[in-house]
Amino acid sequence: MKLENKEFGFDSFASEMAKLKNEKHFDYLVTVVGEDFGVEEGLGCIYILENTNTHERCSVKQLAKKVGEESVIPSVYQLWNDADLLEREVYDFYGIKFLGHPDMRRLYLRNDFKGYPLRKDYDMDPKKNMYTTEDDVEVDTTTEWNLNNEGELVQTQHALFTDDNFVVNIGPQHPSTHGVLRLQTVLDGETVTKIYPHLGYIHRGIEKLCEQFTYPQTLALTDRMNYLSAMMHRHALVGVIEEGMGIELSERILYIRTIMDELQRIDNHLLYTSCCAQDLGALTAFLYGMRDREHVLNVMEETTGGRLIQNYYRIGGLQADIDPNFVSNVKELCKYLRPMVQEYLDVFGDNVITHQRFCNVGVMDEKDCISYGVTGPAGRASGWKNDVRKNHPYAMYDKVDFEQITLTHGDSMDRYYCHIQEIYQSLNIIEQLIDNIPEGEFYIKQKPIIKVPEGQWYFSVEGASGEFGAYLDSRGDKTAYRLKFRPMGLTLVGAMDKMLRGQKIADLVTTGAALDFVIPDIDR
Amino acid sequence: MFDFSIVTKWFDELLRVTCGLSNFWAVLIECVVVGLAILLAYALLAIVLIFMERKVCAYFQCRIGPVRVGWWGTLQVLADVLKMLIKEIFAVDKADKLLYYLAPFLVIIASVGTFSFLPWNKGAHILDFNVGIFLVTAISSIGVVGVFIAGWGSNNKYSVLSAMRGAVQMISYELSLGVCLISAVILTQTMQISGIVEAQTGPWQWLIVQGHIPAILAFLVFCIAGNAEANRGPFDLAEAESELTAGYHTEYSGMGFGFYYLAEYLNLFVVAGIATTVFLGGWAPLNIGLDGFDAIMNYIPGLVWFLGKTFAVVFLLMWIKWTFPRLRIDQILKLEWKYLMPLSLVILVLMTVCVAFGWTIHY
Repeated sequence: MKLENKEFGFDSFASEMAKLKNEKHFDYLVTVVGEDFGVEEGLGCIYILENTNTHERCSVKQLAKKVGEESVIPSVYQLWNDADLLEREVYDFYGIKFLGHPDMRRLYLRNDFKGYPLRKDYDMDPKKNMYTTEDDVEVDTTTEWNLNNEGELVQTQHALFTDDNFVVNIGPQHPSTHGVLRLQTVLDGETVTKIYPHLGYIHRGIEKLCEQFTYPQTLALTDRMNYLSAMMHRHALVGVIEEGMGIELSERILYIRTIMDELQRIDNHLLYTSCCAQDLGALTAFLYGMRDREHVLNVMEETTGGRLIQNYYRIGGLQADIDPNFVSNVKELCKYLRPMVQEYLDVFGDNVITHQRFCNVGVMDEKDCISYGVTGPAGRASGWKNDVRKNHPYAMYDKVDFEQITLTHGDSMDRYYCHIQEIYQSLNIIEQLIDNIPEGEFYIKQKPIIKVPEGQWYFSVEGASGEFGAYLDSRGDKTAYRLKFRPMGLTLVGAMDKMLRGQKIADLVTTGAALDFVIPDIDR
Repeated sequence: MFDFSIVTKWFDELLRVTCGLSNFWAVLIECVVVGLAILLAYALLAIVLIFMERKVCAYFQCRIGPVRVGWWGTLQVLADVLKMLIKEIFAVDKADKLLYYLAPFLVIIASVGTFSFLPWNKGAHILDFNVGIFLVTAISSIGVVGVFIAGWGSNNKYSVLSAMRGAVQMISYELSLGVCLISAVILTQTMQISGIVEAQTGPWQWLIVQGHIPAILAFLVFCIAGNAEANRGPFDLAEAESELTAGYHTEYSGMGFGFYYLAEYLNLFVVAGIATTVFLGGWAPLNIGLDGFDAIMNYIPGLVWFLGKTFAVVFLLMWIKWTFPRLRIDQILKLEWKYLMPLSLVILVLMTVCVAFGWTIHY
């Protein structure tokens, strides 16, 4: 989608955004992109919004206002709940202070980090931020910024904890956070009263790196963001670049990309169902899933050469043509997998203990899911039709016949069932396409140096656990001026506090498992 | 059937008459020998059980388990024991050192203590008091204290949570465990373990047959409660490796951890052993009232009967562990206080009525 930004001006911004949400029904805040627009315009944000009824998208550009040395923008925290973490991310990288946001702490970087790394005038001198062996500074208070009547910036401190709080760190090293996620959990006995997520333990500054790499170089980074949706992540990146360059792809490329995306989705969902079992202590069911995932990986490996890091898509097509045995292998796989999925249900999903553990745990209704930006199967479990493949079709998804799975309860059980049923849908898609892969080019030859014309684009795909988007601002160069990814997991983690308040600590593990997030994808 | 008391009597006479030792020395030597035998059996059984668990769970999970060390992986556990023995034991900063070092011993004492009550063969009971069953439940309760102070003394928040869970769970399930045992006592009219087994010899005299419906129910409740008492899945809440890393023994290394590991497997064996003793006839062979068949069955030593039945129950418990997901703490307590506890009381009443009216099965 080429962005045509609305601009409201600083004073009317808050009221216009409220109008967009309340009157025009743009109730899903897809992402907030912080950007340094250059010397003249300064810092600012681009808000991408979606109307969940018509699936129409629009974008709003808001430049920050200078108050002394500081740049400020009114917060939209009150309108969209997922703005909480998204605005903190912008604050972390650009130092834009959001007025009225109650929790302006850094999100990814350490509290003792100096400067704001994604600003264009950021000094990259390593001496400015030396590698430290000290522990990070733990802050117990958070700051809210506001403008007073004289137009000066004033701060209010909020305490994070009270004296009698029992605080347990779930993570960063913990078997059930599936990576280095740290959830600072306030407990009352076994009951969760508040969760503060701490992110960035595997932050690699991928967006900053992308501003220095040429376009083909950036591709390698997406696979490393989420090895369980490596194909989809790269699909979003090549998608946004191809859209910017206006490349027409051959049918063969689209077919293969669709099949590969779905194979990857099956791979992810198999691991998901396994990990759900493992987090509930059913190790046997875990290994059943791992056993079948091997078959999926084998099929992909024959063509791509990779099992976790696939490196298969590139700008203008694919890295290589499909393996001669690919078609027959995929067909065999589909035949093999269908009965196996039922086996997971027999051994784990339909077990009475699983129901006890999953039902009414981590519940979130449709309205909250939209507000918190809980996309993917987790949101569809509460009835929100958010499948990017249906709403904003790409590749072959508008030509294949598949069902968007939506359930009603919005609890962990429905999230689990949603994943299970999506495996069947993915198999359906693959079976429709696999016999008809047309002849043609697998790669449309590009110039040796790839340049994208000036403009801003946003392209999103349906990742394994939610919408994964890539925002590209090009100034006509061979590198991106700004490349921003919308991770799938960030909004999911942001919603955990709301989902889990008042539930047991064991439910935290269950909900985390049922939400399906991958930490490198959140941290980038 | 071979009576092991022949051996013990011979040994006693050897010391007293042949060697002419005084009563004090004879008893001392006998105690040392028996103690060594218990510890040796304890260690060997632990190795067997750990190996069995690995193989059983491997085959449940479409794996083959350890195969590298020794034939079919048989020496793997020995290698692990060796590793555990030479590992450094270190304490956490600010841990309550006394409680921290004391806890593993309490757990192992409870485990060895209950282990000593098992009737291995006719005439081969080690501890055989007239309040045997009662004493078994009393000694097994010491384990709760061990679990609790381990978590409390470790200076670790996960461990504290786990200690709370462990204590709550084990104290709760002890109730229905005890009540099930009492229903067996009603049937046999004795608390002495040798007496309970003796009452089950003869055709169709195992308590599970003798006491029919209430006894079968009591056996099932006993298995569930015993599984919870041994802290094994689906009741391994205190350990809950996906929630609380390793729970109360997170901060232990070397043999400190080794003791918990040993105790976990032996508690499994003890629970299975007591279930066997009380409901499945202990060392009593399967007799069906046909003389020829019974004679052959009686020819098989009691030790084989006892171990065979016990390992069958152990396998059943492993099967359960490797199939079910873990419950949540409130669900576990609900299961005990709302279902198992009333059920075991009903069983107790049923059993009393059956015994009072003579509605038990006697061949």
